[in-house]
Amino acid sequence: MSHPAPTSPKKYAYLGDPLPEPPPPELMEIFDHHRGEKDALITVLEEIQHHYGYLPTKQLQYTARELGFPLARVYGVATFYNLFQLAPPGRYQVRVCKGTACHVGRSAEILTQLKAKLGIDEDETTADRLITLQTVACVGACSLAPVVVINDHTLGRMTPEETWAAIEALQKE
Amino acid sequence: MRKTKINLIRLGMSTSDVAAGAADTLQALERYIHHRGLAIPIIQTGSLGACHREPLVEIVTAEQSYLYGPITAERVRPMLDQHLDAGERGIAPEWVVSQYTDRRDYPFLHKQVRVTTQLCGLINPFSLDDYLAHDGYKAWERALTLPPSAVVEMVKASKLRGRGGAGYPTGNKWGYIASKNITPKYFICNADEGDPGAFMDRAMIEGDPHRLLEGLLIAGYATGATRGYIYIRAEYPLAVRALRHAIRQIEERGLLGPHAFGQNKPYDIIIKEGAGAFVCGEETALMHSIEGLRGVPSMRPPYPAEHGLWGYPSNINNVETLCSIPSILLNGPEWFANIGSAKSGGTKAFALAGSIRKSGLVEIPLGTSLHELIYDMAGGCAEGHELKAIQLGGPSGGCIPAHLLDIPIDYEELSATGAIMGSGGMIAVDNTTSMVEFARYFLNFTQEESCGKCVPCRVGTRKMLNILDKILAHRATTADLDRLRGLCHTVGRASLCGLGQTAPNPVLTTLRYFEQEYLALLN
Repeated sequence: MSHPAPTSPKKYAYLGDPLPEPPPPELMEIFDHHRGEKDALITVLEEIQHHYGYLPTKQLQYTARELGFPLARVYGVATFYNLFQLAPPGRYQVRVCKGTACHVGRSAEILTQLKAKLGIDEDETTADRLITLQTVACVGACSLAPVVVINDHTLGRMTPEETWAAIEALQKE
Repeated sequence: MRKTKINLIRLGMSTSDVAAGAADTLQALERYIHHRGLAIPIIQTGSLGACHREPLVEIVTAEQSYLYGPITAERVRPMLDQHLDAGERGIAPEWVVSQYTDRRDYPFLHKQVRVTTQLCGLINPFSLDDYLAHDGYKAWERALTLPPSAVVEMVKASKLRGRGGAGYPTGNKWGYIASKNITPKYFICNADEGDPGAFMDRAMIEGDPHRLLEGLLIAGYATGATRGYIYIRAEYPLAVRALRHAIRQIEERGLLGPHAFGQNKPYDIIIKEGAGAFVCGEETALMHSIEGLRGVPSMRPPYPAEHGLWGYPSNINNVETLCSIPSILLNGPEWFANIGSAKSGGTKAFALAGSIRKSGLVEIPLGTSLHELIYDMAGGCAEGHELKAIQLGGPSGGCIPAHLLDIPIDYEELSATGAIMGSGGMIAVDNTTSMVEFARYFLNFTQEESCGKCVPCRVGTRKMLNILDKILAHRATTADLDRLRGLCHTVGRASLCGLGQTAPNPVLTTLRYFEQEYLALLN
């Protein structure tokens, strides 16, 4: 079923609590760039996350208002896709690959150990906002299984000990 | 080794190469060549596919080409010294992948038949001139001299089948949408490659993006499409970059635009990035994602050719399917049909990983025996382990036990075992892996990725996962196992889309061939 973009925001009942001030200029720039594009919601959210590091609720409300979608739809898309994060990430995003080759290479043990030692669960951030722990389905570097990605760095053939050593090095910085 | 003059050096710089340290190798190469006062060109290529030996360096002299790997940064100097200065020391034997240009000493490479990956590892993917120098866009020129219906007939005659996993005859799909006299009409390339362990499409796009674009151009012309989309997962940033660059290049050359296929016959190619949802590899969910909605599948019929993007006729094809098109136009459909087996023409690329000696990307003719691939080409199970099974098709697929490997890699033959061809992900499993745990792993994945729309999948996979957890915790009885079988039946038959319909496959195949492992865990 195709959903035509609404022509006016007034057609929809709830756009979130009223935001008295206008959107910040860098956000407005993103909206202006895609204004009128009926299919731009996911791209806009990707650009917002690229700028802020995550999707703050206020930015979602602005998106609903400026693009003319109900807030429920914006929130529905933001929560559907794994890429979108609604909480601010830590300084380092540690992603343990749980692709098939990495799983066969025992990446699950790396994840279990990190959860225990950092005291957080998947998709959570340490209290000092240093480390966010996540999993990723597959980065396509299967010959180097098991793989751990820290921000943009792909580390291959990792063991639980080596991974923890890498985390400790980050903690010391 | 005699002193040799090096004409050029090739270095793989794909995602897998860089993850193995190729960026440092590049720096070491550039520095040392400069230090020696030489001017040897270094071509940065996509992945040659021998990922188990990356970073790979090819040294080309006037006489022949040598392939070395893994060449980490500190090995660059001794490797170059041995070529430049002659002598016996320098290159350790274990760095030598092949000493023959035709790679006859390395079956992993030598036994491949490279159609879709023919230029991966050979050319600079950011250079249009490189692609043109290797018959690039000649297939496109040929297509333009034929009526669109003739191109469709060629694809039908080639016996090309969808490489995304379903294996539906591509020519037939093109025929359906070509018959729709409606504008706009959309041709969509599915580059979502969601199966964990599959990286064939990534390697093809990173190594040779123009091949995909040429296929998409020919496809649009043949089916009367007015716009092409490439839906590519956001987790492939290098591939996205290579594609954007290639599209800009052909735009500048005038291959796209309002008169691309002739007077007032427009075509442009738009890239749409995914946002991390496995279900968006399903064609109706994919189209909703392009529309900016949640990636939730729709009922079929109506099929995309009837009612696709925004209700208009649309056709979706996999990357590998489209990358096969230029060769079919250039060499003729009979050539392609003859490469494969009776019902399936051409080659298939596989991403081989897991407990295997030689992992990486291989492209082989359909009909090749799985045994030959695993043992002759990939060297068999990893050292010190015993092969238990080969898993094909990711979370939608199944296992083939080690004693049944003597089968041709063919859509029908694989289906008969309970497995599927799948998109190309192939994992070697050894005796240290519990097949019950392996089934649980896949079900956990499909459970997390289930969109939640239909009850059989949303609730059914959750219940199946619960039972598998119970089995693994030694708390299950035979009644639970019966319930599991029943759920497999229900979820497989009643789910709305392919995700739910194939979610039971890993459970069903492991039950078929490794039932004793399940029984051993029961109470």
